[in-house]
Amino acid sequence: MKLELRGVTKRFGSFTANDRISLTVEPGEIHALLGENGAGKSTLMNTIYGLYAPDEGEIRLDDEPVSFNGPGDAVAAGIGMVHQHFMLIPVFTVTESVALGYEPTRAAGIMDMKQAREKVLEISGRFGFDVDPDARIEDLPVGAQQRVEIIKALSRDAKVLILDEPTAVLTPQETDELITIMGQLRDSGTSIVFITHKLREVRAVADRITVIRRGAVVGETTPKSTETELAGLMVGREVNLTTAKEPAVPGDVSFSVQGLTVLSPMDKVVVDNVDLEVRRGEILVIAGVDGNGQSELAQAILGIREPVAGRILLDDQDLAPLSVKQRLAAGLGFVPEDRSTDGVIGAFTVTENYVLDMYDTAPYAGGPGNVALRLPVMRKAAQTQAERFDVRMGSVDAPISTLSGGNQQKVVLAREMSRDLRLFVASQPTRGLDVGSIEFVHRTVIEERDKGTPCVIVSTELDEALNLADRIAVMYRGRIVGIVPVTTSRDVLGLMMAGVPLEEAKQQAATHHTMLSEADEMAEAEENK
Amino acid sequence: MSQTVETTAVAAESPKNSPTGVRPISWKYPITYAILAVLGLIFALTNPAGGRTHFRMASAGDFFEIPIIELPSRPAGWVLAAVLLALAAFAFRQAARRARTGLWLPLLFGVLFVLAFLVWAGADRGAVIPLVTMLTGALALSVPLIFGAMCGLVGERSGVINIAIEAQLLAGAFLAAVAASVFTNAYMGLLFSPLAGAMVGAVLVFFSVRYQVNQIIVGVVLNVLIIGLTGFLFSTALSDNPGLWNTRQQLPELPIPLLSQIPVLGPVLFDQTILVYLMYVLVAVLNVFLFRSRWGLRTRAVGEHPKAADTVGIKVNRMRVYNVILAGGIAGLGGSFFTIGQGLAFGKEMSAGAGFIALAAMILGRWNPIGAVLAALLFGFSTSLGNVLAAIGTPVPSEALLMLPYVITIFAVAGFVGRIRPPAANGTPYVK
Repeated sequence: MKLELRGVTKRFGSFTANDRISLTVEPGEIHALLGENGAGKSTLMNTIYGLYAPDEGEIRLDDEPVSFNGPGDAVAAGIGMVHQHFMLIPVFTVTESVALGYEPTRAAGIMDMKQAREKVLEISGRFGFDVDPDARIEDLPVGAQQRVEIIKALSRDAKVLILDEPTAVLTPQETDELITIMGQLRDSGTSIVFITHKLREVRAVADRITVIRRGAVVGETTPKSTETELAGLMVGREVNLTTAKEPAVPGDVSFSVQGLTVLSPMDKVVVDNVDLEVRRGEILVIAGVDGNGQSELAQAILGIREPVAGRILLDDQDLAPLSVKQRLAAGLGFVPEDRSTDGVIGAFTVTENYVLDMYDTAPYAGGPGNVALRLPVMRKAAQTQAERFDVRMGSVDAPISTLSGGNQQKVVLAREMSRDLRLFVASQPTRGLDVGSIEFVHRTVIEERDKGTPCVIVSTELDEALNLADRIAVMYRGRIVGIVPVTTSRDVLGLMMAGVPLEEAKQQAATHHTMLSEADEMAEAEENK
Repeated sequence: MSQTVETTAVAAESPKNSPTGVRPISWKYPITYAILAVLGLIFALTNPAGGRTHFRMASAGDFFEIPIIELPSRPAGWVLAAVLLALAAFAFRQAARRARTGLWLPLLFGVLFVLAFLVWAGADRGAVIPLVTMLTGALALSVPLIFGAMCGLVGERSGVINIAIEAQLLAGAFLAAVAASVFTNAYMGLLFSPLAGAMVGAVLVFFSVRYQVNQIIVGVVLNVLIIGLTGFLFSTALSDNPGLWNTRQQLPELPIPLLSQIPVLGPVLFDQTILVYLMYVLVAVLNVFLFRSRWGLRTRAVGEHPKAADTVGIKVNRMRVYNVILAGGIAGLGGSFFTIGQGLAFGKEMSAGAGFIALAAMILGRWNPIGAVLAALLFGFSTSLGNVLAAIGTPVPSEALLMLPYVITIFAVAGFVGRIRPPAANGTPYVK
């Protein structure tokens, strides 16, 4: 089916998320939509999928203008979508998830589970998905959950399939499988819209590429363009995709975690007997697919999650019995993974957010027992730091929610780094940020490292891990699969992210290259020519 | 199309990769059993020597007569205490090995403990403990709780917290009494009572879905409103002309032939009013429909992850509106038990907190119809036990026993019964 957008515009208040976007996806084509975080890709796709109504412009399917009142209409017209955050219900089985909304029923609305199950098996068999129709969604690895989403779309005869950042949660090997699946679908006539901000994947997968920036189309190109060209188009200036850094000069081990075990509220083991050592002036990146216990590990280090066993040692002082406040006072700097809910208080001003963990100590507080806030001091400090961290804002008195994500994150970094740190921990510090802010965050972390602070960074993006780390610890299902140097290949890391131990991963990777790593080699060869 | 994707072995890996035995052992249950077993031992020790306890199992119209059972109190107490201690020891062993025990252990333990208590309480009283009466009372007291719990369950499964069950029961009781009185026909009361509950449900869902008002607050306000409104109408219209508005009407008992003649169970379960039979049907139907029908699947989807439901074309808010109003009807019907179900005229605040106990039963039953019924029966039984003991006179003040359901409620709601997992989107308004 041919999908065509003509001058689609979508505004939220005074903000124009999509500005007269025109785009044609031919039948049997993989069309990549490339753009950085916040460029308006997801808004555009939600408009196509009927979740938003466009303010201007029209959507055409096979040259017929269509308009959707909701996702139900879009699905009926043959559009399927795999959302970045899966639209799956954790407590449902695979069959229930696929059937939802389109249930085969017998008399009195009782579901025909047999028919629903066979449908799952049929589609899953057609593409070799190997998905158990009776498994519960929450028990499945994310790769399998994504396949369930694809089955869902295909079971409704999707002729246009939208994949929103589908590789964000996958290991390189799983990404490989996804690429194969996309190829199969294209060959069977499905049009695919592939949304991403990852340049390598675009070049390996797409037939055509549309680049959008700040809500508008800035160019259409083919996968023949080099990564540097694509990056320039996407960001609007020349960018260096890797942050330059000196080799680490690691000192003594100053931070270590020994036998740390953390349970989830449902009493499942989420961090399983983890041992880590980090030296002064070293960045240890904890890599792994999201949801393998990294967040809980970081939270246990901060102290907002109580471990059931293990020790957390900072320069021979056990942090485990200390409260969060005591840990911060001991020199822990922490950047939480969810900026908007854990990093800042949206309704508070930039100044208030800046002093959030220092408001009751000198120089920000005074008087007997430090009861009085010294507002002018706070304001001045916030002002100075905001300039140093290049925070773009109206004023330090504006609510922080009026700032962009990147600028909010800079305030968080400014706050955490304004104290003398003995340990820096950040959980996915660049999630959802634009390229410029990512560069800034990376540079800041590296500066902190060069000051001799041990740094622990949780990252689910392999690119970031390879870019930032001095050593990489790979986590899978709560355990550390292995700690490897940064020279380790993506293929090996990818296998480790799926739980394969280091030696085995090396052997497997030697015999089987992923398409992406092959594409990388070709790209390198091209550039060396 | 024969090409298949090579799948990495991740999907095949399952619970085998389980933790290395670091999970702390939960001693909560074994300790509880141990305390109760020791209590059983104290009963055995304080039973009077040569005392006797009498139980009546029979009722009129059984197939055959069961004579009054006479137990020697002290030996019976010892036997029961020994079994209780053995079960507690077994619970400790299971916990130490991190093994799971089924539902049979708490059930068996509970029944034996109650027996031990009854043997002790009834020893040498000269009175006979009427088991059938006690069980009939338990079921009767459970009826509004079960209806209320089913109401809460349908609402919360679709994501709307309903703490106005109390109001819905009371409104149902009121309208049932009035309608039955005006038409001088109890069945008309039965017909009208769901309307009252549904109306309360409609107000709740109107404010919580249309205006996204905090659902707890709306619920509290509705409770106060309905208590006030029915109280006002009771002391004005109903008191001025009770002959028209508030005469007693009772649903007749409809014994089911043969089934009602089974000893013990027959009179308890099958010699009831149509309201109780409706309850059996309701629970069975809900249990099937919630888990196996299109309506149930969509309801659960809307309560777990409304956005996911929206992306497959389910109208989330419409679903919530229908379900909460339907649930209100269920509670309204249950409320009719207080008046026409028992042959009583309407009285101020006659639901007396049953709506809140129903809410606790729903939580204790983990949002599952069968579980909620079991929990409601537990509450009903403990109240009934208190009533019977008050009648025959016991060493324990009966007021203390009447606290039992509320104590159980606190433990239930505090999560003593294990990690409970409410529907994920429970109480969260859905805004696109």
